[in-house]
Amino acid sequence: MSEPVLELDNLSVQFNLKRGVLRAIDSVSFSVDKGETFGLVGESGSGKSVTARTIMRLIPQPPGEIASGTVRFQGRDLYEMSDDEIREIRGQNIAMVFQEPMNALNPVFTVGSQIGDALRTNMGMSKSEARERTIEMLQLVGIPSPSARIDNYVHEFSGGMRQRVMLAMALSCDPTFLIADEPTTALDVTIQAVILELITSMIERFDMSLLFITHNLGVVAHACDKIGVMYASHLVEMGTKDEIFANPQHPYTKGLLRSIPRLDVQEKFLTPIDGTVCNMMDPPRGCKFNPRCSEAMDICREQIPEFRELAPGHFAACHLHDQPTV
Amino acid sequence: MSEPLLEVKGLVKHFTLNGDLVSRIAGKTQTVKAVDGVSFYIHQGETLGLVGESGCGKSTTGRLITRLIEPTAGDINLRGEDMLAFSPKRMRETRKDVQLVFQDPYSSLNPRKTIMDILSRPLEVHNLADNWHEKRERVLELLNLVGMGSEHIDRYPHEFSGGQRQRIAIARALSVTPDLVIGDEPVSALDVSIQAQILNLLRELQEKFSLTYLFIAHDLAVIRHISDRVAVMYVGKIVESGPVETIFNEPLHPYTKALLAAVPEADPKKPPPRLTLEGEVATPIDPPPGCRLNGRCPLATSICGEVEPPLLEVATNHQVACHNL
Repeated sequence: MSEPVLELDNLSVQFNLKRGVLRAIDSVSFSVDKGETFGLVGESGSGKSVTARTIMRLIPQPPGEIASGTVRFQGRDLYEMSDDEIREIRGQNIAMVFQEPMNALNPVFTVGSQIGDALRTNMGMSKSEARERTIEMLQLVGIPSPSARIDNYVHEFSGGMRQRVMLAMALSCDPTFLIADEPTTALDVTIQAVILELITSMIERFDMSLLFITHNLGVVAHACDKIGVMYASHLVEMGTKDEIFANPQHPYTKGLLRSIPRLDVQEKFLTPIDGTVCNMMDPPRGCKFNPRCSEAMDICREQIPEFRELAPGHFAACHLHDQPTV
Repeated sequence: MSEPLLEVKGLVKHFTLNGDLVSRIAGKTQTVKAVDGVSFYIHQGETLGLVGESGCGKSTTGRLITRLIEPTAGDINLRGEDMLAFSPKRMRETRKDVQLVFQDPYSSLNPRKTIMDILSRPLEVHNLADNWHEKRERVLELLNLVGMGSEHIDRYPHEFSGGQRQRIAIARALSVTPDLVIGDEPVSALDVSIQAQILNLLRELQEKFSLTYLFIAHDLAVIRHISDRVAVMYVGKIVESGPVETIFNEPLHPYTKALLAAVPEADPKKPPPRLTLEGEVATPIDPPPGCRLNGRCPLATSICGEVEPPLLEVATNHQVACHNL
């Protein structure tokens, strides 16, 4: 049995805004083991990116606030660390890649100087050591002629190559944990395939854990061992990849899987989920999914369902799975 | 077989880079061959899916057909008539027949206009309603058609979600009872559960009004779902076209095959996505002679770098542009 590297326990994050309180994530608990790849899926605004940023302690406070719960990394509470300690964690233990490398990398420095800076700050390397290591990293992520490309600026790279640069930067300080927030969403499908393969091979090679955030169910089906599904700030279902796809238990997960057009057969009509996502400033009572759920019962409009284990390792938050009260 | 509603022949659009006087004198201008000899047809009531990666020229093709930009060369025939020869007045009338739905419902609706304004404007432009009451009635009808309640009529775009906005954009396109609707990535900005709603709506409307769609998208599963026939574009060219089942079940062009192999299917039992091509997408700026896929293609032979493969019919309605079949 492997020990969890990252543990979120009953984590809630809210933003105290002028127009009210926005619960961005609500009572979210999950853990990622060593060497495990965890996919967090959900639609826009479901809270997946806030989850990633909370882990990295990148939520501005205020207006953000950790309303409840803890985030533990290798057993240590990230929110009890000093600024210096968390900076060390961010630099050397947890790395992050974002959707838009153009926004995440600095346009006025060469990629070599940016990756080099990280190495010198976090690993205490000399300038020449850092340069050598940077070339090595660029080579590793498949950038052709890295010793020439190291002195290029971000805009001189194509979209796929930029994502490789960002991955090289993230991996340069030997992190044990990688958070990838929609890393392939802005890419064309052929380039996405290459980047996914690259991420997967890097995870294996460096024996890292991965938290992969995406809205694309196709991507998690191939990049992750375990999947968590988020809806309107709640984690509504979690299980192994095979369980989630073959045996989904939450009506939202089922609906999501049914609404994807398929590549192997043509159906005349798709089966969408009715309605739209609730307004997060004024969410419905009870289960957040109840206004869109075809199986909603009275209790769903009253009580938030508990996130419970239905089968070993397979969790869902739905009143349909409540034990009959005797 | 009857005459197609739309027939495009040898459509070309070149953009000039560095077109300033100094560069021209120095001979340093470059040409972006965004669309480079594209031909296809669409019959009434049919959906043609135009699929390709960013920069392949699919959106430019859509804009050319609406004459939002003028082609460098080629023919666009609408019901057998040469649309490029239309007078400005005739073209204005024709815009009623060819409508566009854009990708981003956040930028395609004027934030300062109410839904009533947005949906009644086309009626005014094309003299389709005599008075305010008629307009209002027609707008309510349109809202109902796209599955939105009448209470929305006096609201502003910011009060709606992305899916609802896209419904409004569709209602606007339908307000002038077009024959051809060009959808330029109309569901790409939407979440999957909403995307499915809009795809269903588009199909219902097609059946109801016998609409003809040119559906431009990069998502292969969406294209597979909505299209009757599919044309695959790569760097300004159509490399393969045919009935949807043929393209997805028996693709012949190496690029089509590569695209299909790269799609991650939402089923862990399916093979993982992979790229069967080498390198990156070629640039449309002064492309080298020969096949645009040359240099990436596993099948390439010496002829591929010299002669551009023509789009040839290999089976009924199935065209492929490849030397090595």
